[in-house]
Amino acid sequence: MSPDKLIYMANQIARFFHSQPEQEAAAGVAEHINKFWEPRMRTQLFEMTDADNEGFDPLVISALSEIRRPEVQQ
Amino acid sequence: MSNVRQKDYGTPASRAEATVTLTVDGREITVPAGTSVMRASAEAGVGIPKLCATDMVDAFGSCRLCLVEIDGRRGTSASCTTPVEAGMVVHTQTDRLKKLRKGVMELYISDHPLDCLTCAANGDCELQDMAGAVGLRDVRYGYKGENHVFARDNSGETNPRFMPKDESNPYFTYDPSKCIVCSRCVRACEEVQGTFALTIENRGFASRVSPSMHETFLSSECVSCGACVQACPTATLQEKSVIEIGTPEHAVVTTCAYCGVGCSFQAEMRGEEVVRMVPWKDGKANRGHSCVKGRFAWGYATHKDRILNPMIREKTSDPWREVSWEEALAYTAKEFRRIQHQYGRTAVGGITSSRCTNEETYLVQKLVRAGFRNNNVDTCARVCHSPTGYGLGKAFGTSAGTQDFDSVEHTDVVIVIGANPTDGHPVFASRLKKRLRQGAKLVVIDPRRTDLVKSPHIKAAHHLALKPGTNVAVLTALAHAIVDEAIFDESFIRERCDWSEFEDWASFVSEERHSPEATESYTGVPAGELRAAARLFATGGNGAIYYGLGVTEHSQGSTAVMALANLAMATGNIGRPGVGVNPLRGQNNVQGSCDMGSFPHELPGYRHISGGETREIFEKLWGVELDNEPGLRIPNMLDAAVDGTFRGIYIQGEDILQSDPDTKHVAAGLDAMECVVVHDLFLNETANYAHVFLPGSTFLEKDGTFTNAERRINRVRKVMTPKNGYADWEVTLKLAQALGLDWNYSHPSEIMAEIAATTPSFGKVTYEYLDKMGSVQWPCNEAHPEGSPIMHVDGFVRGKGKFIRTEYVATDEKTGPRFPLLLTTGRILSQYNVGAQTRRTANVAWHEEDLLEIHPHDAEQRGIVEGDLVRLASRSGETSLRAKITDRVSPGVVYTTFHHPDTQANVVTTDYTDWATNCPEYKVTAVQVSPANGPTGWQRDYDEQARQSRRIEAVEPAE
Ligand code: SF4
Ligand code: SF4
Ligand code: SF4
Ligand code: FES
Repeated sequence: MSPDKLIYMANQIARFFHSQPEQEAAAGVAEHINKFWEPRMRTQLFEMTDADNEGFDPLVISALSEIRRPEVQQ
Repeated sequence: MSNVRQKDYGTPASRAEATVTLTVDGREITVPAGTSVMRASAEAGVGIPKLCATDMVDAFGSCRLCLVEIDGRRGTSASCTTPVEAGMVVHTQTDRLKKLRKGVMELYISDHPLDCLTCAANGDCELQDMAGAVGLRDVRYGYKGENHVFARDNSGETNPRFMPKDESNPYFTYDPSKCIVCSRCVRACEEVQGTFALTIENRGFASRVSPSMHETFLSSECVSCGACVQACPTATLQEKSVIEIGTPEHAVVTTCAYCGVGCSFQAEMRGEEVVRMVPWKDGKANRGHSCVKGRFAWGYATHKDRILNPMIREKTSDPWREVSWEEALAYTAKEFRRIQHQYGRTAVGGITSSRCTNEETYLVQKLVRAGFRNNNVDTCARVCHSPTGYGLGKAFGTSAGTQDFDSVEHTDVVIVIGANPTDGHPVFASRLKKRLRQGAKLVVIDPRRTDLVKSPHIKAAHHLALKPGTNVAVLTALAHAIVDEAIFDESFIRERCDWSEFEDWASFVSEERHSPEATESYTGVPAGELRAAARLFATGGNGAIYYGLGVTEHSQGSTAVMALANLAMATGNIGRPGVGVNPLRGQNNVQGSCDMGSFPHELPGYRHISGGETREIFEKLWGVELDNEPGLRIPNMLDAAVDGTFRGIYIQGEDILQSDPDTKHVAAGLDAMECVVVHDLFLNETANYAHVFLPGSTFLEKDGTFTNAERRINRVRKVMTPKNGYADWEVTLKLAQALGLDWNYSHPSEIMAEIAATTPSFGKVTYEYLDKMGSVQWPCNEAHPEGSPIMHVDGFVRGKGKFIRTEYVATDEKTGPRFPLLLTTGRILSQYNVGAQTRRTANVAWHEEDLLEIHPHDAEQRGIVEGDLVRLASRSGETSLRAKITDRVSPGVVYTTFHHPDTQANVVTTDYTDWATNCPEYKVTAVQVSPANGPTGWQRDYDEQARQSRRIEAVEPAE
């Protein structure tokens, strides 16, 4: 999907978790993305953040370490 | 006939627990206190003659045919209005009674036509039955006197009393000449339906039934629910289908395939022809009531537009070519295998249907997971109630409504938010209105003044007419008021929830910025009114919340659902009759399709695909290894299609092109695919982009189950052979076999057995058990053998109820100079969803086209008058439709429905979605409205494209 749309979706999730208790926020974002994002979307997320973090909510960035990196697509 | 007509006990059942024993004609019988003598007799097997009584409505006592003698009482008593007493001795047949009854009948018959042999109700008429029952043999008064029967008297003078037949309603006729003025219809319209469309005009001999102010049925307030027709003992109110076909000879109990109320019906048949559908009194969702859709709008099943032969084409620009089932299925299987080989295992997927049965849905998701070996399966619930699943799952631990519909009878305060039940869930609305007439209080939270806000004998205590898109702000403000005024239920919270989570939440909602005063400026809801509503809900007794798509279809849909759960927990309104959080589900089997594992991240029973133990259950049974990663959701599939990584889709019974937002994006996605398989009744809009069309079957043509909004599993029973050759489950089965899967089911009951074996909440569900119980509500297993009418009774499914902070985030869909108005969408009573079925019935009499509701102020500014064709434009696109000027919508807000493809309201909706579930934000779009002089370019192009792609190649006649 378009990079803008992916950033938008990730940031929308982050926006919800911003209001949650601080210690749960990053883990919440990571859990949500792990649970609902198909590997293609997570692959694209990492492709983009590996290049640079521009546009992403900082909470998404701090959640990255807990988001599962999909195995290389067949 | 006796096997068709449902038993009528004369008066409604009493709910009392105490019992009373009496004797009727020498038979001893024990009944609940408050039962009428008539009903007690009926239960003892004694049928007392009656005309004005029916167990649909309260007794009225006007016909005096039901008289009985009671030992120790002087004179005679009307058995329908006399309650039983302990030790009563009742005689139903004495010389005196016989004489009295004959006299009564004689009077009735003297003003009734004697054309029984050619009357549509012949054999199904209570007047006829009673004449027989009392032994009426002649009528002394003759037929010459004053009457309502003949248009002219013998000398040819017109008879002023005579009223001609009213045939205006497409489904039933009103023939005043046959009316016995028993008022059953009037009472049914009031008590059962709650519309108050009928009155008895004039008095004495002159009295006659009249819709509204002496109008025709069609132009009156009547919503064509059919309750009066069912109540009428004569042919006065009669289904046109019975007039045309004759009386039914057998009946089968089945479930309506329209909305999430899931009404039970008796399909009354003559051979394989449906004569009529009559609501089934023992149906636990509807209790003998129905709406116009289920009762009358089943004609689509035999509509000429139905496609009965499979068709294929290589390119969507080609005309369709009719082929055999074998060829269509082999072609599909080959294409899917080719695509997977070429583009990878995850390049294909499927969409399950919330109109199909649980069994059919289960098979489609199984086909995707076990056959395609990925999890790219989704369902239309994505675009309606996916936030319910997410929000309630987080808060309570299970993704479904907490109550049964009966629960509303115990409710004291009702919040209805983002739902328009009188149109969307009519039978539930009738039950709700009944409770409101008994004195329960109502709070409506909706941008539009829905019918519930004010209708005959109903008035909402508070209508919070919020700006579209501000649900979360309003709900958090309600919570603010409750915490602020310390009217939360501390003992409930301490016992059932985590107190420290509550404290965290309470301090969050208490922040000044969430107060009604602070939010008023952008929600548009006056703070005083909001606080009063909060007080009423928190302190007014049993509080129940009912909500619909106006809550879920927002960028904060999931957050709003959590906010509702918070409110219910904070006020202690969970876990008993009369309370709860209740989603009103759109389509008949949305609940079931979610239960059956239609979501890409979940196996049946809401178990995440990453769970090894759950996967193992299915892997063992299906003999394949399952993908442990979540699959693509519908919007993701479309994005992936445009990216070229998703190329083939099997869509059962959904019209995503018309029902999903941002039509252009959907069209682009479908257009990019190489094999789109549409399995449906009609060439729907999505089929314009399809390569394979597999004809579907209707609910009348298959066995299975639907699960309604109260988690009730209802049986669907086959009453006719599928016109297309196969029930939908057989088509999926054959497709699986064509793909080389070793599937063998010979009946849907075997699929249910597999569901029960793999899904704990369905553990005890079998067809035999459903036949025995009528229906059950899941969870239904060893722990809950009778099913679960109410959930979270002793504790939440997840343990402790979870309070979650709900921060309001304004949608990014904002008004501005170019698009200054907010569009919100909804539905109306006579049409269903995208209208594919209802548009193919006489229901179009009520809704020929989608209209745009606009406030007089906004209309005037734009020079728009009632009925003008207007152009409705947003950032995504534009369409044109006619304007309806009304102050039901506030200034700044416009409203339309989405039942007609010509309008394509979704051309204007955007692709913003709920943050958690990608449920589209249908309910808020910034738009501009201006006068138009014809269809928009898009509408013309679309029409042309649709016409082109619907061509079917003429088949050479066989030699
Ligand atoms: S069809 Fe329903 S709404 Fe219409 S008059 Fe009869 S009971 Fe009332
Ligand atoms: S229309 Fe039927 S139900 Fe109504 S008063 Fe006449 S006979 Fe009775
Ligand atoms: S559409 Fe809904 S309310 Fe109407 S009859 Fe069917 S299930 Fe009942
Ligand atoms: S049935 Fe009792 S008075 Fe009519």
